Amino acid sequence: MDHLRPLPNITPPIHPHWREKVGTTSKMLLAWVEIDLNNILHFEKLLLSLSTQSDNSSSFYISQTDENGVITDWPIQDDSSLKLTDHAGVGHLSLYGSQGLIQTWHYTLAINSLVTQFKDQFHERHLLIEKKYTQEASEAYVTTCPNCQSPIPPEQSVCIVCDPETEIPPSTLTLLKLWRFAKPYKKDLILGFILTLLSTAATLVPPYISMPLMDDVLIPFQTTHVMNYELAGLYLGSLLLAALFAWGLGWWKTYILALVSERIGMELRTKTFEHLIHLSLEYFGAKRTGDLMARIGNETDRICIFLSLHLLDFLTDMLMLFMTAAILISIDPLLALVTLLPLPFIAWMIHFVRDKLRYGFEKVDRNWSEVNNVLSDTIPGIRVVKAFAQEDRENQRFITANQRNLEVNDRVNRIWSSFAPTVTLLTEVGLLVVWGFGIYQVAHDHITVGVLTAFLAYISRFYGRMDSMSRIVSHTQKAAAGAKRVFDILDHESSVPDTKNPVALPNQIRGQIDLTNVGFRYGNRAVTKNINLQIQPGEMIGLVGHSGSGKSTLVNLICRFYDVSEGSVKIDGVDVRNIDTKELRQLFGMVLQEPFLFFGTIAENIAYGKSHATRTEIVQAAKAANAHDFILRLPLGYDSLVGERGQSLSGGERQRISIARALLIDPKILILDEATSSVDTTTEKEIQKALDNLVKGRTTLAIAHRLSTLRKADRLIVLDKGEIIEVGNHAELMAAEGTYYQLYEAQARHAAEIAESI
Amino acid sequence: MKDLIINFILEKDILGNIRLVLADGQSHNQVRIIRAFPISNPENGFSIVNQDGHELVWFESFDQLSAENQQIVHSSLEQIEFIPVISKITSLNTYALPSIWDIETDRGMTKLKLKTEQDIRRVSSEALLITDANGIQYLIKNRKTLDKFSKKVLDRFM
Repeated sequence: MDHLRPLPNITPPIHPHWREKVGTTSKMLLAWVEIDLNNILHFEKLLLSLSTQSDNSSSFYISQTDENGVITDWPIQDDSSLKLTDHAGVGHLSLYGSQGLIQTWHYTLAINSLVTQFKDQFHERHLLIEKKYTQEASEAYVTTCPNCQSPIPPEQSVCIVCDPETEIPPSTLTLLKLWRFAKPYKKDLILGFILTLLSTAATLVPPYISMPLMDDVLIPFQTTHVMNYELAGLYLGSLLLAALFAWGLGWWKTYILALVSERIGMELRTKTFEHLIHLSLEYFGAKRTGDLMARIGNETDRICIFLSLHLLDFLTDMLMLFMTAAILISIDPLLALVTLLPLPFIAWMIHFVRDKLRYGFEKVDRNWSEVNNVLSDTIPGIRVVKAFAQEDRENQRFITANQRNLEVNDRVNRIWSSFAPTVTLLTEVGLLVVWGFGIYQVAHDHITVGVLTAFLAYISRFYGRMDSMSRIVSHTQKAAAGAKRVFDILDHESSVPDTKNPVALPNQIRGQIDLTNVGFRYGNRAVTKNINLQIQPGEMIGLVGHSGSGKSTLVNLICRFYDVSEGSVKIDGVDVRNIDTKELRQLFGMVLQEPFLFFGTIAENIAYGKSHATRTEIVQAAKAANAHDFILRLPLGYDSLVGERGQSLSGGERQRISIARALLIDPKILILDEATSSVDTTTEKEIQKALDNLVKGRTTLAIAHRLSTLRKADRLIVLDKGEIIEVGNHAELMAAEGTYYQLYEAQARHAAEIAESI
Repeated sequence: MKDLIINFILEKDILGNIRLVLADGQSHNQVRIIRAFPISNPENGFSIVNQDGHELVWFESFDQLSAENQQIVHSSLEQIEFIPVISKITSLNTYALPSIWDIETDRGMTKLKLKTEQDIRRVSSEALLITDANGIQYLIKNRKTLDKFSKKVLDRFM
């Protein structure tokens, strides 16, 4: 079997920086790792390499090369070994020989997986040579992480050293990805844009009309004292008309764009959720529930608000700026220049102050949570506080937290209170410049009073928007960060991809399972290796072993919650990777340690895997699962609500509902993962009766901690450290007096002790 | 002068493990020496524990040990203690989290990755303990005496 053993990963070509220092020797490099601490635990890069004499491939060396090119060699004997230990963030790699400890190297745990890989390579050094290692050949196999440059082994989709998802800072460009969701609404968006143009233009009409109103009506009146009511009426009428237009268009525009953004938000949410529930269990294992919930709930909403409110406002303002500039320039280029010149400066000033404030507010937030922490410490622990008469001390703690809060707030308020007056001042100064230059121009008869008033009207309207425009930067940043977190889910590819050409399963599945040389690695840790097992249709297999021995992993591989790293899993001769995932899962019925009931009625929960089940079917399943009686005892029978907000059921009752659930879909293959371990012995017996009904005529894989529950199994598989170490039925394994015997004896003794003590 | 505790012997074997031989002749292989208060009072309170982490011997301070024992305790602690003291933050990639800082410590220059603001812990009114993304703890002895830029960076995250 030895030749079938998985080979360790090949290291990529060595970094040129080190290649120079290692120099060209007669040694052939097999593996290397760059460690980051030296022997007195100071940060220093050292290269550890494993090499062999090219003319004599049976002698190996470990060499250490430092930045100065100083090389130290340690010859390796056949019985040499490397061991890893770690403590407080520092890993230690020790080389042992027949004489004992030879050398210890240190590294930070950031590179732990690389060092582990080096250790694996060291122990498989003879295989590395067999593989006829050449640097050129290895390049094809290995890609490097774009983020931290460490090698990514071929079977891994993401970097094992860093989690790239959390490392790359969000870029505003992520927002462009939203286009995918906006595309179906192109027409509405174009309409919205045109409406925005028109409504913005409409709002710019009134100041324009104020110009002739001043020049042709009011100023002539001052000299002639004759009011031209006709003309005044005409201008006032147009003012009203423009206002009405702006109102109507603004309404329409806002409505259409709000509709579109709400739909984009919904699409984003539903698509993300749809993608999420199809991701592999591996993904869920690495993520916190609250975090995923926040991403789909809050972040999509934030993006939606950004699109419908902040971005729209900003675009409107920008349009207004350009249109205003165009109008001003068309009236009087020189005055326009003077008017617009302070704008960028003022915008920058506002942005600068806002930025300062933002960090201040974040600080306030953080301190606020500190105040909350004291509260959430003290109130639930009030019994302890009172019991030890520490009210004063907790009070003092609260006062201190508040004091700090006050300090931070004071500092923020100093800037904050100056913010609004500053904006006003800047606006006034800008207007002053226009006034001053305008009066000068009027005095020299370059412009009329009407033009000056129009300018002032345009520009003061604009200054008012400066503050909100300056906020777009922080809004965009926040939305981009949100979008990145959402797209992290959307762009994540499932590690158990659906096959493109699924093989159709025969109508009658027999339920034979073949595992050939199955190995599974999680990161660099081999969880299971070299598993060979044939399970006959209808056979009941019991999986036994300490926790962490790979029992659950084996089941997960058969159900294809994970994909094997080596070897294959076949059901009735078809590789599970070639079966449509949905079709595959329908073959399995599962009863897990923690039965999960969804919010809904008991009937709905039993029919979870087969929503069209008839009432008779449901009742039959419940009867077979020994659940019928207790269900009828509930006030609403099968219509009782269960789940998170429903009727509370005991562990045994929940378990029997989940057994009924599995019975109803009539699976070919049954998985019992510690189905009885969370209940007491009496309940266990009831569940066991229900399970016996379930097991009949089905291929069954049962994991159980209590070995007594597995006595009915046709074969018991004993696993240790991911390998099968014993196979046989109860009597055979007891007779062999191996691991199973020890486990069984230990449990029997334990049970006897408990019995005695009672 | 505290009483000398000489009723045990520490030995290092060829595998680099430390063996503890107690006065009654009982010996324990692969023991570890741990400071009980590594931050607040590193020089007082030490425990020698066995492989499973059960305490075998407790001693108050180094001067209670014989010279030979002291030497072994020293070298053992040197091998496992790792709390670099930050003297300066030279630069950082972003103020958003996670943030990677280039820092100078008493053990040379390195990078620190801060995952969340909660990883900065106030030990006293001046001292801070920063846990980086890989679990390494960095100490800042007195944040008030740091240079302006370092203070600014810390201030932003605290």
